[in-house]
Amino acid sequence: MSNKRLTFKKRLHILKHRYRDKKLAPAFNAFHTFLFTPDETTHSGSHIRGADDLKRTMNTVIMALIPVLLFSMFNAGFQYYSAVNGRPEDFSVLEHFLTWDNFWIGIIKVLPLVVVSYGVGLLVEFIFAVIKGHEVEEGYLVTGMLVPLIVPIDTPLWMLAVAIVFGVVIGKEVFGGTGMNILNPALTIRAFLFFAYPTWMTGDKVWVHEAVELAGTPDAISGETILGYLAQNNASEFSYSVSDMFFGFIPGSVGETSAFLILLGGLFLIFSKIASWRIMVSAVIGSLVMGLIFNGVADAGWISETSNFYGLMSFDFWKHLIVGGLAFGIVYMATDPVTGSQTNKGKWIYGFLIGFISVMIRVFNPAYPEGVFLAILLMNVFAPTIDHYVVRGNIRKRMKRLKNAVILPKETKEQKEQLKVETI
Amino acid sequence: MALLSKKDANLILDPLADNNPITIQVLGICSALAITAELKASIVMALSVIFVLGLGNVVISLMRNIIPSKIRIIVQLVVVAALVIVVDQVLKAFAYQLSKTLAVFVGLIITNCIIMGRFEAFALGNGVKRSFLDGIGNAAGYGIILIIVGFFRELLGSGTLLGFAVLGDPIAKTGLYSFGYENNGFMLLSPMALIVVGLLIWVQRSRNNALIEEN
Repeated sequence: MSNKRLTFKKRLHILKHRYRDKKLAPAFNAFHTFLFTPDETTHSGSHIRGADDLKRTMNTVIMALIPVLLFSMFNAGFQYYSAVNGRPEDFSVLEHFLTWDNFWIGIIKVLPLVVVSYGVGLLVEFIFAVIKGHEVEEGYLVTGMLVPLIVPIDTPLWMLAVAIVFGVVIGKEVFGGTGMNILNPALTIRAFLFFAYPTWMTGDKVWVHEAVELAGTPDAISGETILGYLAQNNASEFSYSVSDMFFGFIPGSVGETSAFLILLGGLFLIFSKIASWRIMVSAVIGSLVMGLIFNGVADAGWISETSNFYGLMSFDFWKHLIVGGLAFGIVYMATDPVTGSQTNKGKWIYGFLIGFISVMIRVFNPAYPEGVFLAILLMNVFAPTIDHYVVRGNIRKRMKRLKNAVILPKETKEQKEQLKVETI
Repeated sequence: MALLSKKDANLILDPLADNNPITIQVLGICSALAITAELKASIVMALSVIFVLGLGNVVISLMRNIIPSKIRIIVQLVVVAALVIVVDQVLKAFAYQLSKTLAVFVGLIITNCIIMGRFEAFALGNGVKRSFLDGIGNAAGYGIILIIVGFFRELLGSGTLLGFAVLGDPIAKTGLYSFGYENNGFMLLSPMALIVVGLLIWVQRSRNNALIEEN
């Protein structure tokens, strides 16, 4: 049979066997398994073959992110044109939002972020896979999509590249790669950018395209987020309506603005059983509780109106969920199965504290109006501890039940020690 | 004839790489994180520690047979405190600005684990010459890491080296800055020093597999 008859898939299989044990084999295999199911079968033991492997899981999350990405590309243009020409009076989504002009800004600003994110991140992954001689891990697929969505639109591409190298190497590879990381890599990248280049990450200029370049000229435009405005002016009122905030026609990090699409994405992830609904629900509850406490404090007059915190404290508690990155963080970041809590009880605690601390950072530290990423990173660190105590509590409860149910033979001292070691 | 026997030379050379106090023994980390934001401060700190540890080892070694073992820690503290005060006063007299930058960390040389560690582990049991060499070697091993970390932190964090603007002027946008380069503010914060030290440990261990512990 001539070579031409072979299908593309078959040829890949043949190539793969030829390059097995070569240095670049992992890189090749990554492409191969991305396109087709591998033809290898396991040789020992019994295995259950599930359709939902890691790649499928990751792809589901990316599917949930696609609407957010498309929306953000339109929003990039919309924010730019409303900052330059003023907000349209009779705003209609079809006429003013879903236009080619808006989308074009998205293509020239958002698309490069995505390309750089995937290009640099996958390059680092490939290099590590080749050096360490293991297969390329799928972990970066989701991270690469999340990163462009959580940075300001005007982030210089080289900064993003530097941050991605740092985040993937320090945040993930040094711990042993995908599945071993303590911190969420996307948030590590965001945190690096935030501390390394604060002028590009905060302030009232970076959130709308070209606001930085136009600053100081007669054409200067404002690029402030709602939270930034509130923190700066100690206010609790602003010009955007609730529906603007809910549907996302507001300035902010590239993909964080539309609470509506994030909610849809979250529901999709819950119904496909990819993300934990416990974490999402408890994080929402946590932020509402903290918001209510602040509202109560402001209403009760325990804090004077001239205080720096008064404005944000009296900000309606439920609005915290639809401004800033809280919704995005809760749905796509907090639910990361690697860095989050594993136990069901632990998930409730973990999620609750994320919401609680996020709102607390927002209100108490005007320099970090986007405190969500710090809250999630902090809880990432505590997640194993939470799990540890939940598991220990379970063991203790069951031991008690066991002792009450049957009369155990008297333990020798050694057995007791052994039991203690096992339970810890 | 060689100036030093091979055994003596190793006292100096070992701590520089394969038995480095910072990257292998992980001692003296606090000052390595605190004062390495500038190369100049790192160099002065390195020199101070070389002075204190070299002389301190000699003094302790001379007194090693008359120190009652029950109070040896106190004696060691007195010796190192006296030397540190000398360093501190000299800095205040001749480099006042620098002593401001180093602030409390010169005084904290007293509690630097490397110094007490070498007194206890080496000077109390070895002769004067060998103790001197060991002190110089360990302090130099500490210093070289400080200088490497200080080099990268100052270069990437402030764009300068020893105060000279080597990458151009960030305000007038000359040199690298004209291409849109910006200083990395994270480099000036202590956590980044920890990460740089960690990277050095990584590099060292991947070059010399014998350093990796089995577990």
